[in-house]
Amino acid sequence: MFDIDLWREIFQSINKNRLRTLMSGFTVLFAIMLFTILFGIANGLQNTFTEAFGDDATNAIFIRSGTTSKASNGLQAGRRIQFDNNTFSSIKSENDDNIEYITSRIFKNVTATFRNETDNYSVRAVHPDQQFIEKTSIDEGRYINQRDLENKTKVIVIGSKVEEDLFLKTTALGKYLNLSGIQYKIVGIFSDEGNDDEERIIYMPLTTAQQVYGNNDYIDQISLTYNPKLNFDEAIAFSNKLTSELKKLFSVAVSDQRAIRVRNRASESQSVSALTTGLGIIILVIGFGTLIAGVVGISNIMIFIVKERTKEIGIRKALGAPPKSIVFIILLESILITIIAGFLGLIIGMAVLKYGGPSLEQYFIKDAAVSLNLIVAATITLIVSGGIAGYLPAKKASQIKPIIALRND
Amino acid sequence: MLKINKLHKSYPIGDSSLHVLKGINLEVETGEMVAIMGSSGSGKSTLLNIIGMLDEADSGDYILDEVPIKNLTEKKAAIYRNKFLGFIFQSFNLINYKNALENVALPLYYQGLKRKERQEKGKFHLTKVGLLEWADHLPSELSGGQKQRVAIARALAADPKLLLADEPTGALDTTTSYEIMEFLQQLNDEGKTILIVTHEEDIAAMCKRVVRLRDGVIEEDKKVNQVRAGQHV
Repeated sequence: MFDIDLWREIFQSINKNRLRTLMSGFTVLFAIMLFTILFGIANGLQNTFTEAFGDDATNAIFIRSGTTSKASNGLQAGRRIQFDNNTFSSIKSENDDNIEYITSRIFKNVTATFRNETDNYSVRAVHPDQQFIEKTSIDEGRYINQRDLENKTKVIVIGSKVEEDLFLKTTALGKYLNLSGIQYKIVGIFSDEGNDDEERIIYMPLTTAQQVYGNNDYIDQISLTYNPKLNFDEAIAFSNKLTSELKKLFSVAVSDQRAIRVRNRASESQSVSALTTGLGIIILVIGFGTLIAGVVGISNIMIFIVKERTKEIGIRKALGAPPKSIVFIILLESILITIIAGFLGLIIGMAVLKYGGPSLEQYFIKDAAVSLNLIVAATITLIVSGGIAGYLPAKKASQIKPIIALRND
Repeated sequence: MLKINKLHKSYPIGDSSLHVLKGINLEVETGEMVAIMGSSGSGKSTLLNIIGMLDEADSGDYILDEVPIKNLTEKKAAIYRNKFLGFIFQSFNLINYKNALENVALPLYYQGLKRKERQEKGKFHLTKVGLLEWADHLPSELSGGQKQRVAIARALAADPKLLLADEPTGALDTTTSYEIMEFLQQLNDEGKTILIVTHEEDIAAMCKRVVRLRDGVIEEDKKVNQVRAGQHV
């Protein structure tokens, strides 16, 4: 195979039969180019999906309360269930193994004022764990910490949009912001990958909010993330267990659907990931369909080439060419053309994705690109398929009787 | 040199078969120049193809240079063809994308010779047929006579024991035909054994022996007084 004369023969054949080379090369080039572009676009579509649903932790569980819809334990229906610090600590202590992060939440609406600028915002009073559940990233300063909770300090962490709105061009960190009449020190500024509204939130320590708004230990909601090692079924079982624990704690009827509401992201994220998997399968089918069409194309051309070269093969055999050399000469030519054309197709496809990709973002296709793995896989597929596509006609050609080949005028 | 005994060959045509060679016995000594004649359908080309190992006989013996030619694998046949035989065809059968020198050197490639040696030998044989200055030309740039001379040079390149020519002058005009024949006679004078299939009497007369085939059997086999082609040119 490393015989220089053999390669000389092949290059001569390729060079002297440019139309033939171009035709077969173009088929491969086109197939691989389409394959790359389709795959890239599909990847882009998948990126958009992942991003849209990837904002919060996928292993999150949100627990809220409502009013009972059924009488139980001698208590009437229509009773309002109110979570408090005890609820939080009992959930936390009883499920410590399964909980990764946990926080209570209190929601308030405030009017925030800084000098002449004023606007309305939502306040979330939370535990420090909230940062990890919401996947909040701190741009400047720090997040709420345990000491804030213990001392009930009047500090807040504001979203970057709040800073933009109220502080205009100046920096907000370290300044005091007036929230409905009370001054809070800004200790951190955060950003969030989700939407803009998420960055118009103000976080404060839970205990501070409990003291300022009502001086009680009520909480509105409990959010937690479960241990990521739990599989889907275990996660669902876990949220069911939480539900029944809480129902027992608040003497709620087992069949009451309203009093305790537990929302598990696992079931949501499963349908999203099912969608992404479905999309992935469609992409694979389309991509490999294109590739197979390309391989069929090469096979057709190879059959045509062998037909065209029948006489030459006959002459070569009459001059003493062994069958093996006929197979080699056709096979290697086929593989060589496939590799070169395939690489060109790949490069063109990638260039199209690189320069055309950004304009596709408005069609929900983000970062359309193909991975290195895919490129390697496609290249190997190419070489193998070029080999198969070339081998059968080449084998057939080597078995043509010279007398029949020579008669072919 | 060459010995054929009770050779039979038939081709299937639809359900029946056409019996082309019906027991051919032929012996050719080294240095002979034999014309195989016959009308079309007499089996002369079939005979030549079997001798040239381009086709296989159904039954009978064929011994070439004391080697029995029977049940050859493709690989073995290729080696024998390369070592024993040189082919000259009516339609020249040059490879159209290779120049004259590359065409002549091709059998040497299959003998496993080094490139440099191939070039040298190729040039030597091109010189012999008087076409050295046409070495870089493609077949399409050559005249019919030149093409046939390149083909002869190619047939000679591997230094075969037997030259087989299938209607070598069939596609050429009379003058060019005689030139080619003169050249073949010259090779024969140098000791090459040559077998020529032809249906032209004047070409046959330029050989030393004429074998006439009719309906698959040898009708006549006689030595003739060779007409020198040089006299006509």
